[in-house]
Amino acid sequence: MSASVLFDTPGPKARRNIILINILGAVVIVAVLWWTISGLAAKGQMAPGKWDDFLEANTWVDYLLPGLANTLKAAALAIVGSVVFGLIFGIGRLSKNKLINVFCSIIVEFFRSVPVLLMIVFFNIFFSRNLQISSDSAMWAVVAALVFYNGSVVAELIRSGVRNLPKGQREAGTAIGLTTGQCLRAVEIPQALVAMLPALISQFVVILKDSALGYIISFNELLFYGRTYSSPNGNVLQALIVVAAVFIIINFALSKLATIVSRRLSSRGETKTKPGARALVGAPAGLDDVEPGGGAGGRNQNR
Amino acid sequence: MDTFISIFTEFDVAGALWVNIKLTFFAAIGATVLGTILAMMRISPVASFAAIGTSYVNIIRNTPLTIIILFGVLALNGQLGLDLGGGFQQNFFRLAVMGLAIYHAAFVCESIRSGVNTVPQGQAEAARAIGLAFMPAARMIILPQAFRGAIVPLGNVLIALIKNSTVAAVGSVSVEASATMGNALDARGDIVLPIFLAFAAGFVIIVIPVGLLTTWLSKKLAVSQ
Repeated sequence: MSASVLFDTPGPKARRNIILINILGAVVIVAVLWWTISGLAAKGQMAPGKWDDFLEANTWVDYLLPGLANTLKAAALAIVGSVVFGLIFGIGRLSKNKLINVFCSIIVEFFRSVPVLLMIVFFNIFFSRNLQISSDSAMWAVVAALVFYNGSVVAELIRSGVRNLPKGQREAGTAIGLTTGQCLRAVEIPQALVAMLPALISQFVVILKDSALGYIISFNELLFYGRTYSSPNGNVLQALIVVAAVFIIINFALSKLATIVSRRLSSRGETKTKPGARALVGAPAGLDDVEPGGGAGGRNQNR
Repeated sequence: MDTFISIFTEFDVAGALWVNIKLTFFAAIGATVLGTILAMMRISPVASFAAIGTSYVNIIRNTPLTIIILFGVLALNGQLGLDLGGGFQQNFFRLAVMGLAIYHAAFVCESIRSGVNTVPQGQAEAARAIGLAFMPAARMIILPQAFRGAIVPLGNVLIALIKNSTVAAVGSVSVEASATMGNALDARGDIVLPIFLAFAAGFVIIVIPVGLLTTWLSKKLAVSQ
């Protein structure tokens, strides 16, 4: 693989400069780390007593793991719900019936532009007070809000997935005598689902991250447990770092899975990928569509 | 209809949304500056800079925004005594802006990188051919075109930022929309749905024009190839 097209293959002088800047960069990293750690230590935050709580089994068994279980449960319910919601409204937006089409469009556009937190706060009060759901009303509020928002995003993924299929698929379906609906269900949607799989997995990361918003309405998820556990011990900072690390590890694994799936799909060669133009840098991650074949920043490394 | 109008007289819906717009405005400036620097680092020939940029994006992108905002208030302010000045309320506002900027900078960085991908290879080759080094080429050739190509993803980040500004409620910014709506719902349990719809409509009215504007801009500014 050739070097990046953004700069020439460095000559002796440029190589020397790059090495110098590299050393400078490394020094800066070390300095920032040292400054942070010594600053924390000066305030007594690096004291073992603040951290070793998180090395004890009880902390995990009694607080963090039950919290993580609730987080994953809410996320799993929200994932299933939003895929179902997305399928219904995605197909609705592809419908030839004007009424269904307009209705589904309004619903999808509305829920895509309303903040998830606003829905969580609303559903929490609506469920607990107006519907009188006493148990787990906070969790169901989080799940409902996540389903409406992410379901709308999934609906758009399905719609664009079907739109991007080759025209011949629909024509072939019609040619063998399928009705529009049958063709959509049997031919187009299955292919669209496969093509959108990487983007769908990236959306799961969003769901998992947003489930932490449940903290605000006291849904006893990972962040909430981390906070309640650490408040009396005076190590909220340390607890937040540990909780964040758990989220980062899970989400990072999911993002990697999305990249692997998209690479698999593009090497299979039957799903549509953008042809031609070589990219200047590796495909950016975390945007709405994870482009196939892109290792994060793989191609712009200095050699 | 009367109850609907009474919501606006009884609760400061517009005022709360204005706080969200202010949060968005300042955080957007911070995120754009930081995100551009990160993008430059990630595409630069210097490995250590690229590594810093990549680590930043991978860590921040995978952390819930709630934790980042909470970290500002509980850890930086509460535990370490960081004060950004301007008094009690203003300090929390500034901490929330900082958290929002740090979080969205990662997405701005990735948007700009996707914009860099829309720049034809020949542009980079031509820049090298006339003897431009990395920094001048990036500043004069690559980035101006990359920004034009990145308008749609940048617009999406801006829309996400507008909606995410409600998370400032975690950071004790109690005058913004989601906190105001929570109080309104507590006060008027008889009309929860109209109250929700009033605040939601506010966001729809802000977000949809931004979407239309970015679509229009991206068509107008698209680099013809």
